[in-house]
Order: sequence, then C-alpha cells, then structure tokens
Amino acid sequence: MSLLDHADTATRPAVGRSPRRRRRTGRIPVALLVPATLGLLFLVLPLAGLLARTPWTTLPTRLAEPGVLTALRLSLLTATLATLLCLALGVPLAWLLARVRFPGRRVVRALVTVPLVLPPVVGGVALLLVFGRRGLLGGWLDSTFGITLPFTTAGVVLAEAFVAMPFLIIAVEGALRGADTRYEEAAATLGAGRWTTFTHVTLPLIGPGIAAGAVLCWARALGEFGATITFAGNFPGRTQTMPLAVYLALETDLEAAIVLSLLLLTVSVVILASLRDRWITSP
Amino acid sequence: MRTRPFRTALVAVAALAVLAVTACGDSDSGGAPADGGDPGITGTVTVFAAASLTESFTTIGRNFEAANPGVKVTFSFAGSSALANQINQGAPADVFASAAPANMKTVTGAGNGDGTPTTFVKNQLVIAVPKGNPDGVTGLVDLTGPDAKVALCAEQVPCGAAARKALDAAGVELTPVTLEQDVKAALAKVRLGEVDAALVYRTDAKAGAAEVDGIEFPESAGAVNDYPIIVLKDAANPAAARAFVSHVLSDAGRGVLTAAGFQAP
Repeated sequence: MSLLDHADTATRPAVGRSPRRRRRTGRIPVALLVPATLGLLFLVLPLAGLLARTPWTTLPTRLAEPGVLTALRLSLLTATLATLLCLALGVPLAWLLARVRFPGRRVVRALVTVPLVLPPVVGGVALLLVFGRRGLLGGWLDSTFGITLPFTTAGVVLAEAFVAMPFLIIAVEGALRGADTRYEEAAATLGAGRWTTFTHVTLPLIGPGIAAGAVLCWARALGEFGATITFAGNFPGRTQTMPLAVYLALETDLEAAIVLSLLLLTVSVVILASLRDRWITSP
Repeated sequence: MRTRPFRTALVAVAALAVLAVTACGDSDSGGAPADGGDPGITGTVTVFAAASLTESFTTIGRNFEAANPGVKVTFSFAGSSALANQINQGAPADVFASAAPANMKTVTGAGNGDGTPTTFVKNQLVIAVPKGNPDGVTGLVDLTGPDAKVALCAEQVPCGAAARKALDAAGVELTPVTLEQDVKAALAKVRLGEVDAALVYRTDAKAGAAEVDGIEFPESAGAVNDYPIIVLKDAANPAAARAFVSHVLSDAGRGVLTAAGFQAP
C-alpha cells in the first residue's frame, strides 16, 4: 500500500502536464513489470528444469547416435513443407475471411479454429477417417492415383499442416484487418483488378504479418506430436519426428528424452532468431 | 485515475497466486487415514495400471467399490514405462500394476515400492486381424509379404519387447509400417482398418472382439509377459491400496482376469 501511495504522489503532477511525454520517458510501471517478470519466469523455468537435468558428460555420445540426426532432419523437413502448404492454402483463406463478405463467414471463421480446439490425437483419428485406407477420400485416392498417406512422410506433413494452419490464418487475417484498405481502394480506382491488387498491394502490405504467421505455424508444426503419431504412425526415418522420438525415449530413458528435447529447442531457437533478424523486424 | 489499472493488475496477480495455491492443494488426494481393519477402509485408491489391463481392472475396480462402500477407485491406464516414469517423478499413485517386470523394476529400483511385487497374471501375444480375417493370416510368416501392413508396439514398451522376442524365436523378419506407443494404439490401427495386422496381447484382441480376430501363433509362448503388482511406498491411502491388491489376487479378481483372456501365473 505504501509503495502504491508513493508511486501515486510522485507521478501525479506529471500526468496533468504532459501525459504523452511522461508515458514515453517515465519509468516502467510496477503493475506491468511484476506480471511481465512472472510471465517470463513461468515460460523459462521449465527450460531451466531441462537444463538442470541434462547429462552434459554423455551429451556428445548421445547426440551422435544415428537415430537422432535422422529424426531431426525429418522434423525440419516436414515442418518446412507443412508451413509451405499452409502458406499456399492459408493466405488465400485468410484473405477471403478478411476481405470478402459472404453468408456464413462467421461460421467459417469458427471452423478454421477447430484444429486449435481439437485434441491433436483426435485430429489424427479424424484425418485417418478421411485420408485413411477406409476413409472418405483415402480409398479413392489409393485406387485412382495410388496415393496412400498414412504411415508416410507426406502423412506427417499433412498432420502437421492440419494442426498448424490456424495459427497462420489467424495471424494473416489479423494483419489484413489491421492493414489500411485505402491502398487497395486506390489501386482499384487506378484500374487494378482484385488479383493484381492482392499481389501488388495487399501482399507487400501484410508481409510482416505473413512472416509472423509462418513462424508460428512452423514452430507449431515442429512440435506436433499427437496428430502425427496417430495419423502417420511412428517409424524411424519415415515418420518418426523429434517429438515422437522424445516421447518414446521417455518410455525408457529420461536423459535421452531431455537431450533430444534440448536439441530440438536449440535448433528451432537458432533458426527462428536468425530469421527474425533478417525478415521480421525489418519494416 | 492512475491507481485503477495498478490495482486491477494487483488483483489479477493475487488471483493468480490463489489459483496456484489451490491448484497445488488439489493434488493432495482425498486419502483418509486408515482406521483399523479392512472393513473400515475409506477414501480413494489411485491405481496406475498398464493399458492392457483397462477392461479387466475397470471391472475389478467396480466390484471392489461394491464390496467396500465408501471407497472409490480411480485408474490411470497408460504404457507401463510411462507410468513407471510418472511414479518415479512423484505422481500421486497408490498401486502400480505393470505389464512387464522390467518396468516394475524401474519403480522398485528407485525405492518407490512397498515390499516386493507379486505376479498376478501372465499374458501373451496374438496376431490381431480385422474381423473375419480377410487376408487368411495363420502365422507370423503371413505378415512378411511386401504388401502386408503390420503395426507393432515400439520396443521401449512391453508389448513391443515381447513382439521382438516372438519374432526372433520364430526367425521371422518383418518390416512394420509403424511402431506404436502402446498396445491399444497398435490395436486401434487394426480397428481403423489402416493396417492388416498387429501383434497385440490376447486380452486386447479379446476386448476388441467386435472388430478384430485374434490369431494364436506358437512362437508367442516364448514371449510370455508376467504382470507384477505392488503397493507404492508413498501411497496416500495404503490400507485401501493393500485391500485393492488382495482383491486383485483373490478368486473374484482372478475370475475377471481369466475371463478377459489372461493366464494364471
């Protein structure tokens, strides 16, 4: 209470005189700093827990085990392909939701978030019921094109894309709604069609939003476990991504699981940090 | 004006703190202290049991509750190795029933068991195929064809270790399409029609008899799994836990287990 009173009397005069200036140069409000610090601790402490239990002495030999690199390579490959798939399908869908008025738009918007709510394992079963051998489309895909998706690397990409796409769509739709539509209107008055406006005006305008959405999407795909193991199964080199390897390592060897988790974390943080410097912070 | 957001934030932080404290309190299960003999047991018994025990232990739990009014049995069914790890990390369990001695050893080796484990049943593998056995599977060799899609358990879990043993005993090389994280997941792939066959326990094939057939094969005799059970050292309700274990070992408990396809030890 005394702290609060003190802060109150000390800053009150400034409020009346030049609120805008004070807001910029004043010290950080305790009311923001405390929860912010707590939030950071909450997110970072589990990582510290992992680091505390890491078997540093056996780390090199564990990382050199043959299965580890295979799983990491597969994870990076599938997460990247899944992100590309999400970009190809998700950006147009986000545009549709943000720029076109059509009946049932609200319902569609809610449907887009279904994979966020659905437990990933259920998502995997749902994918099987559609793309599986006896699924709605799976039998037809197999007999017509000879394509089977379960237990394949393509299946992993599909499972990851299913779970990760909402992250991209929500980010891009947010960017579209926040973007100033006057630029698009100006392009239209100058004779640009909707497609030209989209490619020449809208896309550059929301570039940072797309990049942020893609990063979220990639990160989610990289960590995907439930839908992947249910839909694509678990086979080393083909469908066993890092999260699956971590889960199975956990069955017998906690330290191996920790090493694998740390490797996945390190690689993803390094990749995201380098991307951020290059793309995301640039205006 | 200025103090309002500050106060709101304080309230929010306080609310968070309260939430955290109550959440911790929740993990204290309602295990009442034992007051005397068997008839007096009350409270909750938390049983961590292998996934393959799901059906039979659920029935046994219901019978146990009927015989002991005032006692509630809650189960956590999962792969034995995952359960063993959870117990060693301090999960609040009273009883552990494992599908293999190795996972029991993980728990007793860490000093978390009370006494020595008792083997209460044995289980062995069968080949689970879709109902009606459309591919005419009669033995392990039928699973080795290039087009055969087979699901096995990962070798880290007991059913996978048993499958490896049986395949080695038969001298059969087979390439599964997937290595599942527990026996129920392997069975689910057969039920969904995604694989042609899976090596699962006889009991699991029996539990899924509406959709799958279990094909016996001779080599499974070389890979029989012992199921041990134990009361845990940190049991919140040791009296009820012991009563539950005796119930599993009693004739009534055995009856349920053999009806499910388990063999007596």
